[in-house]
Amino acid sequence: MSKVTVAEEWLNACSGCEIAILNVGDILVDLLVNNLDFVHIPVIMDHKYFGQTGEDKELNIPEAVVGIVSGSVRNEEHVEVLKEMRKKCQLLIALGTCATDGGIPALINMYGNEALTQFVYKDSPTTDPGDAPTEVPPLLDKCYALDEIVDVDIYVPGCPPHPDWITAAVLALLEGKTEFAMPERSVCDECPTIRESKKGAGDIKRLLEAPEYDPDKPLNEMRCLLEQGFLCLGPVTKAGCGGKGKPPRCLQARMPCRGCYGPIRKDAKPLVDYMGALASVGFDPMGMPDRRGYLARFCGAHGMLKKLG
Amino acid sequence: MGKTLNIAPVSRIEGHASVSIHLNDTGNVEDAKLHVLSLRGFEKFVVGRPVEEVPRIVNRICGICPWQHHLASNKAADECLGVQLPPTGKKLRELCQMLSYIPDKILHFYFLAAPDFVIGPDADYSVRNVVGIVGANPDLAKKVVHMRYKSQMMLEKFAGKVIHPIAAVPGGFSKPMNEDERKELLEGIQELKDFCVFTIKFAREEVFPKYLDAVKILGVFPSGYIGTVRPEDGALELYDGELRLMDQNGDFDQFKYSEYTNYIGEHVEPWSYLKFPYAKKWGNLKLDENDPVGVYRSNCLARINVCDKMATPLAQEELDIFRKEFGRPSHLTLLYHWARLIELVQCCERAEELLNDPEITNREIRDPNIEPKAGEGVGCVEAPRGTLMHHYQTDDKGQVTMANLIVGTTHNNAPMNLSVKQAAKALIKDGNYDQGMLNRIEMAIRAYDP
Repeated sequence: MSKVTVAEEWLNACSGCEIAILNVGDILVDLLVNNLDFVHIPVIMDHKYFGQTGEDKELNIPEAVVGIVSGSVRNEEHVEVLKEMRKKCQLLIALGTCATDGGIPALINMYGNEALTQFVYKDSPTTDPGDAPTEVPPLLDKCYALDEIVDVDIYVPGCPPHPDWITAAVLALLEGKTEFAMPERSVCDECPTIRESKKGAGDIKRLLEAPEYDPDKPLNEMRCLLEQGFLCLGPVTKAGCGGKGKPPRCLQARMPCRGCYGPIRKDAKPLVDYMGALASVGFDPMGMPDRRGYLARFCGAHGMLKKLG
Repeated sequence: MGKTLNIAPVSRIEGHASVSIHLNDTGNVEDAKLHVLSLRGFEKFVVGRPVEEVPRIVNRICGICPWQHHLASNKAADECLGVQLPPTGKKLRELCQMLSYIPDKILHFYFLAAPDFVIGPDADYSVRNVVGIVGANPDLAKKVVHMRYKSQMMLEKFAGKVIHPIAAVPGGFSKPMNEDERKELLEGIQELKDFCVFTIKFAREEVFPKYLDAVKILGVFPSGYIGTVRPEDGALELYDGELRLMDQNGDFDQFKYSEYTNYIGEHVEPWSYLKFPYAKKWGNLKLDENDPVGVYRSNCLARINVCDKMATPLAQEELDIFRKEFGRPSHLTLLYHWARLIELVQCCERAEELLNDPEITNREIRDPNIEPKAGEGVGCVEAPRGTLMHHYQTDDKGQVTMANLIVGTTHNNAPMNLSVKQAAKALIKDGNYDQGMLNRIEMAIRAYDP
């Protein structure tokens, strides 16, 4: 296998994607020594935008074959860094659901910047009221996914992405491929819980109640949590969180899915699609609290979540 | 004509920041600031969410310490909902807290901090990183990667998801621990404990002594400290206890989580999205590195300073060595690296204790049926980067109406700024600077592990 140059950046991000990269495991050392030639990656390397003594005027990231960007786009500096990455990298990977669909931080799209800064800098119970900071990169009007700003070549969603998929994408690129895509399957396709397809489960239960299962028995002997009445976003969520061919991770903790891999297909409409899934097991989704906060929790970019009123 | 050096991004830290250093006509430092450049707004967008969902939203504040946000949030939600945990539910949460600390500290010491000490602060940036460490000591590097990975996977196997966890729930924990899981985790933690004891000895004997001169000057200034202690004996506590806020002379107030607003205020500055917490009782915040007012620090050095003792025996031996050399409180910023490893030993020992506790495999782990209600709760835990405060109010549907968060690194905003200013003024003279010096200024930030 060849050695490729890689540049990595994080924007409106939490660093979970970068920790997921480290979680590829023991092959990390080999990859770092033999295969990946990082030219820019702030989390582990000290390459600077404005020269090593901070005197240049233009932001500069070295050229690389592969560019990896995690996080969504929320301020003007993010836009500048993202455009520089696109310009300097032959292939751009959107890593993690913030980059592909907005992720959790795109929940802010239900509110506006004014409401945000009003609480943070004025109304918070510990804060001496002040004006919102001005000598910082201005916020954009919303939280955006990467492909709303630049072209993206490869999507590796997940919050965080499972290391299996990160490794698979990296190995594909090392073999000279220029494409990589995760399977278009749903979390339910990978979930071993028992489905009886009986209707009439009653009201949707919140996680204030515990599901029924025998902790001494494996997951494939537990009844589907959606059928037990718990909201589970498995039907409309892209599969893969457990890694290749393994059960969904939240389910392994006996917890329902909240959609952290984003929609199954690029053009899917989870808010609408999920209504059908809920109706098929006998629920009326219109009656549930905070419907948008459940159903679009991880995919609020692309205009999916909007400020109401 | 003066000029500005723009160090961006600050690297080998866990967040997003830049440093600006303003030089005057003679090339000396007029001012230096740390800018935090992003605001995501968790406090705003958890409003409206059912409170039991919040612990699996706010974990996204930090991908390195998602467990601490998850747990502090669950504790705040427990209070809002007025629920009591079965003892085993609480112990499983505390075990996860201990297990999640271990990879975090290994990562920081070996991957982020060590390049400055092992490769050297003046080395070229292309080798002053973890890849350089691999080149310098491949066997140790392989071991480090393996142990960090192992500790992450132990927690993932038990709790389903290690990054952005879901296993703690209001009222307890989502799944019990089986005897097989207990045995496997215990075996793993014993191996990790050996490695962590090796690590602190290695650092204490072979890494730190070479840099003791730098430790005594870089980024140093007197400050207060915050941390959590066990109420009955003042031992260092990471999961649940009382807060202790110590002034620079070592006198302190001790208080319950719910009283935090009486002690801590937050100040706003135009040049950073991050606010500046300060100790209200000490007067208005004054960001002067020679005479700071209101400034206290959080994270491991702070906890080591405020505690009367460690909670476990091997960690106590390490604290004895540390205090004999540096006293209490110690204001030397680079000692964060040392304090971090003392805590690492306690985490391993405490995890081992919990895994040897017969109650850990009990099946009663959760209040199974909680009614939504209006309430208020302040949930705190110690995160690797400092005291984590989650304060929520809920309406009668159990949906969040107010969320105020002060996270670990936020407490350290004022101190990091003072360390940057102090280091810049001490290092840059008469227009002489180079990338090694500028990296030393970043080292003063890196100590806080922001």
